[in-house]
Amino acid sequence: MPDLPEPDVAREWLETMTLIRRFEERAGEMYARAKIGGFLHLAIGEEASIVGAVRALRDDDYLVSTYRSHGHALVRGTPPGRVMAELFGRVDGCSGGRGGSMHMFDGARRFMGGYGIVGGNLPIAAGIGLASDFLGTEDVTLCVFGDGASNQGTFGETLNLAALWRLPVVFMVTNNQFGMGTSLQRHSAVTDLQRKGESLGVPGMRCDGMDVLDTHAVLHEAVERTRAERRPLLVEAITYRFRGHSMADPEEYRSREEVEQWRERDPLPAFAELLEREGALTAQERAEIDARARERVDGAVAFAEASPFPAPESLYDDVYVLGDQVRGWYSVRTT
Amino acid sequence: MPELRYREALNAALREELARDERVILMGEDIGVFGGAFKVTAGLLEEFGERRVRDTPISENTIVGMGVGAAMVGLRPVVELMTVNFALLAFDQIVNHAAHIHYMFGGQARVPLVVRMPQGAGHQLGPTHSHCLEAMFMHVPGLLVATPSTPADAKGLLKAAIRDDNPVIFIEHESLYGVRGEVPDGDRAQPFGRAAVRREGGDVTIVGISRMAQTAARAAQRLQTDHGVSAEVIDPRTLRPLDLDTILHSVARTNRCVIVEEGWPHGGVGANLAALISEQAFDDLDAPVRRVTGADVPMPYSKPLEDIAYPHEPQVVAAVLEVLDLAPPDRQPTGGSAAVTTASTAEAR
Repeated sequence: MPDLPEPDVAREWLETMTLIRRFEERAGEMYARAKIGGFLHLAIGEEASIVGAVRALRDDDYLVSTYRSHGHALVRGTPPGRVMAELFGRVDGCSGGRGGSMHMFDGARRFMGGYGIVGGNLPIAAGIGLASDFLGTEDVTLCVFGDGASNQGTFGETLNLAALWRLPVVFMVTNNQFGMGTSLQRHSAVTDLQRKGESLGVPGMRCDGMDVLDTHAVLHEAVERTRAERRPLLVEAITYRFRGHSMADPEEYRSREEVEQWRERDPLPAFAELLEREGALTAQERAEIDARARERVDGAVAFAEASPFPAPESLYDDVYVLGDQVRGWYSVRTT
Repeated sequence: MPELRYREALNAALREELARDERVILMGEDIGVFGGAFKVTAGLLEEFGERRVRDTPISENTIVGMGVGAAMVGLRPVVELMTVNFALLAFDQIVNHAAHIHYMFGGQARVPLVVRMPQGAGHQLGPTHSHCLEAMFMHVPGLLVATPSTPADAKGLLKAAIRDDNPVIFIEHESLYGVRGEVPDGDRAQPFGRAAVRREGGDVTIVGISRMAQTAARAAQRLQTDHGVSAEVIDPRTLRPLDLDTILHSVARTNRCVIVEEGWPHGGVGANLAALISEQAFDDLDAPVRRVTGADVPMPYSKPLEDIAYPHEPQVVAAVLEVLDLAPPDRQPTGGSAAVTTASTAEAR
């Protein structure tokens, strides 16, 4: 087992994992109450893979994620209220209510987006890596995607190019065992996903995505190796989502028993209990962490509720970056 | 003014912008060592080095996507795709990503990316290398679309495209690469959204898209010489933004309009333009807007078939005479113009 970080660091990890869990639970409730529309993909069960990985980054490193990205915004420090407001489609959402659950963004914190197209984010991450390389910075880009994306053309294309051009990108495949409702064994000929980049010149590593310590240790090594050696790595994080692919998922493709088995490895209590055993956390502190998370999520819901919907006259805003062009410069209005 | 070929004008624009702005990089298949499939990038690798001019694998979606990512964090990438048909492999990155990122992230991110590609028939490259798909790109909010038809515009519009903070689809024409024309000296970017009146006239407005602006100009000359018809020829130069005002002002004087494009008729540039004119200038029209388009078929290989699958001057002349009531309606299936007539007749039944 990797060493525990300093107690305050470990507690922050637990606190952020807890925040993501409580946030996702509440988002699910808000969806059921029709406060949130569209698709809602929850990351419950995957918190260790999110926090462990992103805490291996420096503040200047870039993060690129998928459509399951509320947690990635939260771990990067986007205020929960702004994430919830985005889910509510409100003007104070972190994407101004234009993106929704699948398209979170916080450029100031170098969270370069959640992306709704499976595999669509890989080339973008490589492009960010190209810019870092071109500009001579030390920044590394962490590109997170699911096991399903490893079958997309962009996976092969992007890993090849990233290896060829020695781009500072860590590709992290979050293997939660299902590409939507199709199990890994039924969608990928190679199920040892860390090896899927080998023929493309991208060495693989693996971590236990249910264990924040292991995830952090492996990602830290991967990120620092990439930073130093200027070449990409592929890291497979073995994890599991406890909830359906989205809220519109009857989960007929997996058994209750399987879900229960994975729930026994729930990363939150596992880590909290470890910290308690190691004397880094008291029962009272653990309760306080949970209470604070619930309080922040309450605040997030209140913030989102109070935020107005975008004004109708803002419909055409930000379709284009406008300079001194006249109004209506680009668009054909037929209504 | 020096005279340059279209490809040389593009090359000059790329060279000048690479020299002007350190953030400009070129990426594409065979653009470096090979010099470009159509030699547009010839000499740039030697001049600017591999850091700025990058040969890529044949991975269109990823090349464009990398351009998107690099653009989001400060570079100004220019990606070359070998033909417009290959851009279809990159449609996810062009539409779902390049075009929408600024909007879907609430204005926080910008994508100053140029994707260049040639299009067009005439070289017997068959159904996967010869089409004209500007209408597909023009359809997408978030994209700018340029279709230069002269060397001067090729240079001026490309310079403007590279300096723009929006993603630009820059559509060149294969048959124009060798065409010569005067190109103004100096650092002149041609602003988007300003149509060019290629020829003034009072009897009819002919709008020509991409190469068809040149075809329209030749047809106008023939109309003057052979029929005494004074045609005004307008080249929109960019389809997004579209300078509709210049077209409407012309139609207000001529009261007749013929639109010439090489692409397919259904949902084409002309279809859109005809709708806009009928919505906004119906009372100015003395005749229905007439389209001359490419035939509604995949581009065939065989030379005689390819020749009749896209418009030439005679079809334009015939369409103009028709809207001027100087000739009976053309019902003969002789290429692009006939395809529209045939299709609309079928619909009428």
